[in-house]
Formats: sequence, C-alpha cells, structure tokens
Amino acid sequence: MSKQKKPESTFPNMVIALLLVTMIAGLALGGVYVVTKEPIAAAKRAKLENALGKVLPEFDTLKNKKVPAVNGNDSLAFYTGYRNGSEVGTAVKTYTEKGYDGRFDIMVGFTPDNRIENTAVLNHTETPGLGDKIEKSKSDWSKQFNGKNPEQFQLKVKKDGGDVDAITAATISSRAFCDATKRAYETYEKEGGVK
Amino acid sequence: MNQWQNFTKGFIKDNPVFVLMLGLCPVLGVTTSAINGLGMGLATTFVLLMSNTVVTLIKSLIPVKVRIPSFIVIIASFVTIVELVMQAFLPTLFEQLGLFIPLIVVNCLVLGRAEAFASKNDFISSVIDGLGMGLGFTFALTLLGAVREILGSGAIFGWEFVTGDGMLVFVLAPGAFIGLGYLIAIMNKFNKAS
Repeated sequence: MSKQKKPESTFPNMVIALLLVTMIAGLALGGVYVVTKEPIAAAKRAKLENALGKVLPEFDTLKNKKVPAVNGNDSLAFYTGYRNGSEVGTAVKTYTEKGYDGRFDIMVGFTPDNRIENTAVLNHTETPGLGDKIEKSKSDWSKQFNGKNPEQFQLKVKKDGGDVDAITAATISSRAFCDATKRAYETYEKEGGVK
Repeated sequence: MNQWQNFTKGFIKDNPVFVLMLGLCPVLGVTTSAINGLGMGLATTFVLLMSNTVVTLIKSLIPVKVRIPSFIVIIASFVTIVELVMQAFLPTLFEQLGLFIPLIVVNCLVLGRAEAFASKNDFISSVIDGLGMGLGFTFALTLLGAVREILGSGAIFGWEFVTGDGMLVFVLAPGAFIGLGYLIAIMNKFNKAS
C-alpha cells in the first residue's frame, strides 16, 4: 500500500478531524443505546421479579413503596404481595455497607406472622470462595434464616452474642448479611409489619 | 512476515500477557474463574478488532497531533457498545465483569496495538493483528482463570470436581500474582526452547 499523505496538524484540520470522530462515535452510541434500552430494562425487571418470586410465597398482585431505613441513610424498597386480596408477605430490598468489599444488596421476605420466608442476594462483591457463600447458589448458609422470627432469633453472629452461625473464615460477610437483614426487619417492624 | 505468522504471534511469541505484559489490570482482577477470563478476553478481543479496523481505515485522515485523542474516542465508543450489549443480553456475565468492562478503555494493549500497529500497517494486517492479539489475550486470561479456578475452587468452567474448599489463596488477589508469575516462567521456558 502506498504511503498516503496525512493532513497537516493545522488548527482547522485538527478541529474538523476531532469533530468528525466524536460526532460519528456519538451517533453510533446513540443508536446502540436505543436498541439496548428495552432489553436492559427487561433484564433488570426479570432479576427483581426472580428475587421476589424466591423470597415471597406465591402472589398475584404486588404493591411497592419506598421507606427510609431505620438506621442508615438510604431508603429501602418494600414489595407487598397479595393473593386473592389477602397479604401473603412483604419483601424488603435492603442493604449493608459492612461487606468485606463495601455495600451489597439483599432481599428479605417476611410473612405476615413475622417470620423470615426467604432471603436472596441481589448483588455483591464479596470474596469468591469465601464471602460469596452468602449466595444460595454457592452454599446453604443463608437457609438458616428461613422460617425464623427475628424477635426470638437474634440477627447477629454467635461470636457477637447472636444466633447466626457465621461462614467459616468469612465472619465479616456473615456480619454484613445479618446487618442487612436486621435493617430490613427493624424498618419492617417500624412500618407496622408486626400485627 | 506472512499473515499466518502475523495472526499466531499473539498466542506465544508476542503474547500480550505473558510476553508483552500489557493490560495486566484486568488479567489479575477478573481471572477468578475460567469463564470470567474467557468473557473478559472475548470482550477485549472485540474492542481490539474493531478499534484496529477503524484506526487503520481512518489513519490517513487524522492529523498526527490529534491521533491519540481520536483513537481513545474510537476505543471508548466500542467499549461502551460492548458494555451496553452485554448488559442487555448477558446480564449474568455483566454482573461478574461489570466493573472491569469500562477499564478496557485504558487497557494499554488496545491503545498500544492501535498506535504501534494499526496506524502504520495496511487494512488486512491490522485486522489480523487485532484478532490474533485479542485471541492471545483471551487464551492467557482463560488459562490463568482455569488454573486459579482448579486450584482455588476445585472446579473448571463452573463444573465442580472436588467438593468443599480448594486452596483459597488462588482465588484471592495474591493467587493472581502467583499464578501469573508461574505461567510467565513456564512460557519463557517454552519460548526459549523453540
């Protein structure tokens, strides 16, 4: 291929070149954004619905609201599920900032008789092989919360005087999980969840 | 150098990770499992291939003094495209790699190939170079990911053959350095012999 002469690096040439490059890039990105917008929203919805399906008993309608957390500066999302008009449970999307690598979000489902139905981890950056055992796909650890009433079941690891068995070598992640669950329960209680 | 050599140099002779040692941040960060390494490698391959292609096409239109900003805009655009597409169609993989995808922009391998190869060579060579280097990068990431997953979690591509914990240090950050160090040593031995 013959060597083509490049445009001189004069001011107008540089401005025109950069303008063209950024304009074409901007148009291309706009196009991709429009195409992927709907699938991205659908994927996020599917993830939320999947988590709700796990932590709540079967439901047909859903009401949601946002409630400020009792101890913490973010708000928690409440999803109350109904079947044939009667309440089957409330899922609370809660968080902790005490994870080994910072914040993570979990979903905790409460039944109207004040028990934890189930929990689901929404996102986390805990250490693979250690802290990631908070996920159900990695270990059965978080199943110990199921069916427990937080009034009797202290949401603290045994080392801190609670009732939760910590994950071996991942006490910090276990503590963080308890912290998130506790935040969900206290906020739920304050909102009149206990009848 | 014929095109076949141009393509295969990325695997052994000029492997971006084991020999050129470019773009080590994602190499060390994401390779906790083979599938993560493969996903990250393929994402980088796509960006590398596309940026090499575009850079070689427009190299005669860009004034020399603004070539680096132009390359960065091109690379960043393709990275954003990968990010959006992955988020839309591969949400589970995106959750694992999400943090590292935007970092492909500053991966010196991509800019390095654009500047050192694509802006100086013809179209066919640049495309082949991008593909070869990208697949070499993918090969290295998958290999390191597989080693760490086998030793650290007793599994390969998510299929567990040893139940319970492995040598956890290999899943953690130090394991990335140890694993990479040994792989580089083995690669060097192999390169010297041939």
